Amino acid sequence: MAAANASPAPASAQPMIAMRGVEKWYGDYKALTDINLTVASGEKIVLCGPSGSGKSTLIRCINHLEPYSAGEIRVDGTLLGDDRKTIDAVRREVGMVFQQFNLFPHLTVMQNCTLAPMRSRGLGKAQAEAVARRLLDRVKILDQADKFPAQLSGGQQQRVAIARALCMKPKVMLFDEPTSALDPEMVKEVLDTMISLAEDGMTMICVTHEMGFARQVADRVIFMAGGAIVEEGHPAEFFKAPKHERTRKFLGEILGH
Amino acid sequence: MGWNEFAFLLRGLQWTVALSLVGFIGGGVFGLAVALARTSGQPLLERVTAGYIGLFQGTPLLMQLFVVYYGLALIGLKLDAWVAVSIGFTLHASAFLGEIWRGSIQAVPRGQTEAANALSLHYVSRMKDVVLPQAFRISLPATVGFLVQLIKGTSLAAIVGFTELARAGNIVSNQTFKPLLVFAVVGALYFVMCWPLSLYGAHLERRFAAASR
Repeated sequence: MAAANASPAPASAQPMIAMRGVEKWYGDYKALTDINLTVASGEKIVLCGPSGSGKSTLIRCINHLEPYSAGEIRVDGTLLGDDRKTIDAVRREVGMVFQQFNLFPHLTVMQNCTLAPMRSRGLGKAQAEAVARRLLDRVKILDQADKFPAQLSGGQQQRVAIARALCMKPKVMLFDEPTSALDPEMVKEVLDTMISLAEDGMTMICVTHEMGFARQVADRVIFMAGGAIVEEGHPAEFFKAPKHERTRKFLGEILGH
Repeated sequence: MGWNEFAFLLRGLQWTVALSLVGFIGGGVFGLAVALARTSGQPLLERVTAGYIGLFQGTPLLMQLFVVYYGLALIGLKLDAWVAVSIGFTLHASAFLGEIWRGSIQAVPRGQTEAANALSLHYVSRMKDVVLPQAFRISLPATVGFLVQLIKGTSLAAIVGFTELARAGNIVSNQTFKPLLVFAVVGALYFVMCWPLSLYGAHLERRFAAASR
């Protein structure tokens, strides 16, 4: 469905995400400036930068949680417009994990995972539960399926949130600072889950300050400041020899202590 | 005060219960519509419903019933008393419940709507499955409080000729010359209706709290 508007080019040549000249304004404030970003299928991108640099805004434009003001965004060939139909089509293919988990507190872990597949993919209950069980098992939390989110630790909740997004069988996963709200001892379990997802070939864009994760997993690290992409590169070069002064300063601040 | 008088009071109680149910159901259905309109993001719809709420919160229920029954009759729309009070209580309750629920919907954290959007849940599912259950929980104390007020407010239906509980009490008191006794009984009957509702509200709150622990 999502590829209905695709050009006749072979699927492998078509980027999973293509952002061209994307800008975002909040009134008079320009939050994103001329964003050009192409993400190939299976590619892992880490976005970093100081707070307020526009990295969250950028990924929130990809699933239209924020409407963008200018330019164009294509997800798996579908041009993301302002109409319900393309927004829904794109959102079905793009999973998102939030800093604050945003699990539905009145639903059990299982219900959190089956709601969207049943309502928006049209799966039956048994089918949706089978998918959910497989993915909850994958994030190693199947034994908590009947609990409510508040009964779980932060790390467990975030793993449920990852499973919930995966239940929609997305082609892309967006992570918006997934470990920033976690106690330090829980960061690893979430990162391990993300690493295993990356190893399975998921296309991922992660806003994170976990530079160890970036080194291990990322195909490209992108540094943003002031709403623009300042520098990008393979993690090996990016960390060893950053080109821009602002990148050096930022890396010095987060790695230097 | 004998059995006959007490039976008369009980018939008044029946009317009070019937009027309350009309207010609950009519107010609940239209109140939900008002709350959804108030949070729809459509400026015109939001402004119209805000005006509606302002009008019915800003005028006394007694006057609202008066206008619906006698006022509409003046312009040629003669309504049955029962229809008139049903409309009056529905309008009144839907304005108050609509505003209570509007606040509760907006009190549900933004992240919940964002997560629902990111999962491509459409509006109906987002509201029915995600936002409203949480909003209902937040609104519970205020909702129960208003419904209890509404039960007692039904006494105002006497103005259009209903012999509900308070009016029945008045009549019996005038016949028996024992106002203290009669109104003590009337008060007890109101209490028997309102108190279980408050208890049930508290019970629901405890149950919700337990589920999220």
